[in-house]
Amino acid sequence: MTDITTEKARIGAPSAQPFINGFTEEGESLSPINFAESKSPLAGEAVKSHSHGGGVGIPDSSRAGRLTSYKLADFKPLTGMEEDWRFTPLKRLRGLHSAVLNGTAPSVSVTAPDAVTVETVGRDDKRIGTAAIPEDRVSANAWENFSEATVITVPAEFEADGEINVVLTGQGTDASAQHLVIVARKFSKSVVVLDHHGSAVVSENVEIVVEDGAELSVISLQEWNEDAVHASSQQAKIGRDAKFKHIVVSLGGDLVRVTPSARFTAPGGEVEMLGLYFADAGQHLEQRLFVDHAVANCKSNVLYKGALQGRNAHAVWVGDVLIRKEAEGTDSYEANRNLLLTDGARADSVPNLEIETGLIKGAGHASATGRLDDEHLFYLMARGIPEDVARRLVVRGFLHEIIQHIKVPAIEERLIASVERELAATNN
Amino acid sequence: MSTLEIKDLHVSIETEQGTKEILKGVSLTIKTGQTHAIMGPNGSGKSTLASTIAGHPRYNVTSGSITLDGEDVLAMSVDERARAGVFLAMQYPVEVPGVSMTNFLRTAKTAIDGEAPKLRTWTKDVKAAMQQLRIDADFAQRNVNEGFSGGEKKRVEILQLELFKPKFAILDETDSGLDVDALKVVSEGVNRAHAEGKMGTLLITHYTRILRYIKPDFVHVFVDGQVVEEGGPELADRLEEEGYDRYATGAGAATIAAASAVAQA
Repeated sequence: MTDITTEKARIGAPSAQPFINGFTEEGESLSPINFAESKSPLAGEAVKSHSHGGGVGIPDSSRAGRLTSYKLADFKPLTGMEEDWRFTPLKRLRGLHSAVLNGTAPSVSVTAPDAVTVETVGRDDKRIGTAAIPEDRVSANAWENFSEATVITVPAEFEADGEINVVLTGQGTDASAQHLVIVARKFSKSVVVLDHHGSAVVSENVEIVVEDGAELSVISLQEWNEDAVHASSQQAKIGRDAKFKHIVVSLGGDLVRVTPSARFTAPGGEVEMLGLYFADAGQHLEQRLFVDHAVANCKSNVLYKGALQGRNAHAVWVGDVLIRKEAEGTDSYEANRNLLLTDGARADSVPNLEIETGLIKGAGHASATGRLDDEHLFYLMARGIPEDVARRLVVRGFLHEIIQHIKVPAIEERLIASVERELAATNN
Repeated sequence: MSTLEIKDLHVSIETEQGTKEILKGVSLTIKTGQTHAIMGPNGSGKSTLASTIAGHPRYNVTSGSITLDGEDVLAMSVDERARAGVFLAMQYPVEVPGVSMTNFLRTAKTAIDGEAPKLRTWTKDVKAAMQQLRIDADFAQRNVNEGFSGGEKKRVEILQLELFKPKFAILDETDSGLDVDALKVVSEGVNRAHAEGKMGTLLITHYTRILRYIKPDFVHVFVDGQVVEEGGPELADRLEEEGYDRYATGAGAATIAAASAVAQA
C-alpha cells in the first residue's frame, strides 16, 4: 500500500483507516482475472502471441480487458453486436473484416529530411510489433495479410526542419492491408503527416514509438475519394518525458474508422489527441480512441470536433481513458463536440473514463452535440451578415480550433479550403 | 433625413401557458437627428419593442407596421434590416465562439456597406474607435464577446454602432450593469455617433441615470405594452423624482400609490 503523506491528502483521498474486507482504499476490489494482465501496456512477451484480457466468457469490465492478439483466428467473426462494432455498418466494410486482404495496398511515397531513414521491410523485421498489437478483427486481419511495411525512423536528437510527408495513394478497391512503423528516437523532434487519398479499401496498422524525451506529431489526413473504405489502428507507445501529438482529420471516404491509442510506458509523458471530421450525406466517420494511463505523472488532453450535414451523415466518437491504479498524479481531459448542420444527420458520442486511483491531478470528460445556436445566428445577422455567411462563420470557427493546432501552414491552408468546400457543398 | 415609423404595433410570444400579448398597440415616429428615450418598469415591453424592430424570431407581430422611409421593415429578414440601417445594441450580447472580433467586424462592415472596407483606413478606424471606448487592443484577436465582462460587452456594442454608422440605433438597456465610468464612456460613444447628424436614436432604459449623459428630445413612458405618457426631457426629471408608481395599472394600484404618498408626507 502506498504511504499517504499530508501533502497528498485531498478531497476524496483515502483515510488511514483500515479497509473493509474486499475493499481497497479506492473501493471494491476488482476481479483478479481482470488484474492479471493489466500491468504493462503491451503486457510483455507473453501477450505478444495471444491474450484474453477479460478471460473466456467474461465480458470486459475494463477497457484494459479487451482481447488483443496478432492472430486473426483469435477474434470471432463480427456480428455487429460487439461493443466496439455496434455503430459500424459492417456491410459497408467491403470485406475488411472477413476477406483475405490481398488487394494492392495504397502506394507509399515519403518525402523527408535526409537524416530520416525510410525503409521498406518484410514481415519479419524486428521493429514490427514493438508498439502495437491488434485490438480488433479488422486490425488483426491486416496484420496477418500485409506483405511489406514502411518503417520511418527519426534519429536521436534530430530536430526535423519541415515535416515528414507520407503520401498514401489508393490503388483501387480490392480489400488490402497496410503497415507503417514510425519511430521517433530519443530527444528527436518531428512532424509526420499521413496523407491518405484516392480510392482504396484498406485496413491499416500504424505503429508509433515515441522514445524518451522525443517530441512527435502525427497528423493523419483522410481525404479519400467517395468510394473509399478505411480502417486504421494507430497505436503509440510513449516513453519517459516524451510528447506526442496526434491529429486525425477525416473528410473524405464512404466509411472511415480510425482507432488511435496512446499508451504511457514511463512517467512524465504528455499526449494531445485532436480530431476533426466533417460528415456529409451517407458518410460514416468513426473514431475510437484509447488513452492508457498505465504509469504515474502523465498528462493527456483529447478534443475531437465534428460537423455533420445531409441525410444519414453519421459520426461516431468513442473516447476511452483509463487511469490505472499505478497512474498516480495523472492529469487528463477528453471532450467531443458535434455540430449538426441539417436534419437527418446523426452523431454518437461516448466518452468513457475509468479511474482506478483517487490520487490524480485531474480527470474530466465532456461531450456535447447540438445545432447551430439560434442566438449566435441572430447576433451575427443583426449586424447585417446574411444567414449563409453567418452559418459558415460559426462552423468555420468551430472547426478552426482544431486546424490551428496543426501548425503546418501548408496543411492548415489546405484543410481550411477543404472545410470551405464542404460548407459550400450544401450551402451551409 | 430618414424616418422610422412604428404604427399600432401588437406583438405576442408563445409561452408554455399559451400565447401572451406583450405589446398592445405601440405607435412611435423617430427621425434622423432625434433621440427618443423609452422608459418604463420591468416587464413593460420595452425590450420586446427593441427585439421586434431588429427581427428576433421569438416575437410575433400580430398587427401594426414598422416602416423605414416607407419600406416595410417587417417584411425584411434580420440581416436585411441591419443592412437597411437598423442597429440594435443588445441588452445581453451573446458570445460567439470561434469567430474573432476582427473577422466579425470586417464581415459585418462588408455586408452593411455592400463592399469590403479599405483595409488600411478600416484598421485605423477600428483602432481609433476602440481606443476612444477604452477597449484593449487585444480584444480584436479574441472571439466575439467571449470572456468579456458585462461592461466590456456593452462597450463592444457601441464600438459596432460607431463603426457601422446605422440610420437608426436602438439601445436596449445599454446602461444596465455599467458603473459610472463605463456609463460615461459608452454615452460619449453614442453622442459621437449622434453628432455626425445622420442617426436617430431610440434609447431604452429603466433608469434615468443615462439621461444625464445622453439628452433625449422626447421621452415615452411604457407601461404594460403601451405608451402611457409622452413628453420632453422634463418628463425624465419627473420620473426620477416620482418613479413609475403613478402609472401602476388598475385603480387598486393607484390607491396604493396615493396611500404611500400620504404615508411619506
